[in-house]
Amino acid sequence: MKTLLIAEHENGRLATATLNTASAAARFGGEIDVLVAGYGCDAAVAQAQAIAGASRVLKVDAAHYAEPLAENLAALVTAIVADGGYRAVLVGATSFGKNLAPRVAALLDVAAVSDVVAVAAPGRYERPIYAGNVMVAVESDQPLDVLTIRSTAFDAAPLGGEAAVQVVAAGPDLGLSRVVGRELSKSERPELGAASIVVSGGRGLGSGENYHRLLDPLADKLGAALGASRAAVDAGFVPNDYQVGQTGKIVAPGLYVAVGISGAIQHLAGMKDSKVIVAINKDPDAPIFQVADYGLVADLFEAVPTLVSSLEAA
Amino acid sequence: MKILVPVKRVVDYNVKVRVKSDHSGVELAGVKMAMNPFDEIAVEEAVRLREAGRATEVVAVSCGTSASQETLRAALAMGADRAILVETDVELQPLGVARLLKAVAEREQPQVVICGKQAIDDDANQTGQMLAALLGWPQATFASRMTFGEGVVNVTREIDGGLETLELKLPAVVTADLRLNEPRYATLPNIMKAKKKPLDVVAAGDLGVDIAPRLRQVRHAEPAARKGGVKVADVAELVNKLRNEAKVI
Repeated sequence: MKTLLIAEHENGRLATATLNTASAAARFGGEIDVLVAGYGCDAAVAQAQAIAGASRVLKVDAAHYAEPLAENLAALVTAIVADGGYRAVLVGATSFGKNLAPRVAALLDVAAVSDVVAVAAPGRYERPIYAGNVMVAVESDQPLDVLTIRSTAFDAAPLGGEAAVQVVAAGPDLGLSRVVGRELSKSERPELGAASIVVSGGRGLGSGENYHRLLDPLADKLGAALGASRAAVDAGFVPNDYQVGQTGKIVAPGLYVAVGISGAIQHLAGMKDSKVIVAINKDPDAPIFQVADYGLVADLFEAVPTLVSSLEAA
Repeated sequence: MKILVPVKRVVDYNVKVRVKSDHSGVELAGVKMAMNPFDEIAVEEAVRLREAGRATEVVAVSCGTSASQETLRAALAMGADRAILVETDVELQPLGVARLLKAVAEREQPQVVICGKQAIDDDANQTGQMLAALLGWPQATFASRMTFGEGVVNVTREIDGGLETLELKLPAVVTADLRLNEPRYATLPNIMKAKKKPLDVVAAGDLGVDIAPRLRQVRHAEPAARKGGVKVADVAELVNKLRNEAKVI
């Protein structure tokens, strides 16, 4: 038995979610093939080789994989899987994986299982539904399962392996879509989905200017990633990629600091697995306090600067 | 240009769902149902495109029991021109729905299918991508903006790192994210008008596709509830707790 792990990479770097997904693949107990499809992707291939537990890296290098387009990648994965022997195809439940996996599954005529948080055995999985308010155990008798893996539920696989590289022929360039623009947020801060501390702001901050004036120093002090509630993103305080929640990013850091966030169910779905949650909100009845380990009922405009200076004082 | 918009009847987003005591599923008896919020965004986008003269017809489609007629009437009240119910009592999973929608798309020949990116009940986020795969059409998921050109649609997508704009050849499948638009509320006159708009019922069996569920949902459970913690008096106490009790800073 073997599994196919689809690597996500950009600018020569593997996404951290790929390492978490490798741990889920290891739960199958067989060989793990890591597919790295790209254009000039040697750096990503080298990182994939280092994933502990990887048996081999399937390298597909062609111009039409320069961008991770679902149409071309799904056709490629389908062709690789058709060669047989795979029990499962796994990819991280990132915007890349969520876009790709269902397309792969439909082409292979199998059901996909989204946001897997536990692999009890091949064909036996657990996943959240209803914004994480219900967990469901799912069983499959399919010869092949296609899974997206929630990275917060699996530790990152260690590095240090030396998997062999096998060059695989490219699939067709279907020419159905192309990338015509990209606006990526640039940040020196840790990646939101993988940070050990997250500072997140909500509508209570009042404006994008306040968001950055108050939260940037706090995040700097803590070495934290910055996040936001949907309300703050909808109000235009920060871009979409800051959003934590059911339909944004799912995070589970060691420390999550929620500032001016009321705690709508959709937001809690994205952060309630954090180890320690701090909430700062002036409304003592805000639902966020029901999940917070430490709640501070205070005016955030006073409390946050005080917090920054007391961290400085230490 | 014709636009097809699939809509799903789900538990209203304000309802706190409860697991049945035998763990066989979620309690749906007497629970308020509504159109999946992402599908409302899809309907809104399609209706705006027709209002702007880009689209000629907006067809809403739903797969499920006869109760889904209510959801289709809601889409008609928002401005869809006609509706199709693909009726079945079988438990539908995304692959089955995608197969049904493919059959409908082959009959209706739309230039664009706009779906919600995911339904808020099963949170699968699969149907649009599967439909695109089965049709052999391009796809753009998580759309926050759509603009049409000659034979193409440009779609800005919300991805993990920011925004990405794709150009898709038509016909294509697009899935709507939160910030594509703000759906309108149906007015009373439009709700009345919607009752007279055409709503065709097609038996799923007549479409000749396999919709049998592939996965078994064997046990539902509520996740371990997170215990609320303590309120701290001030910032100094908070810092002290984080440092000496939780030891996270």
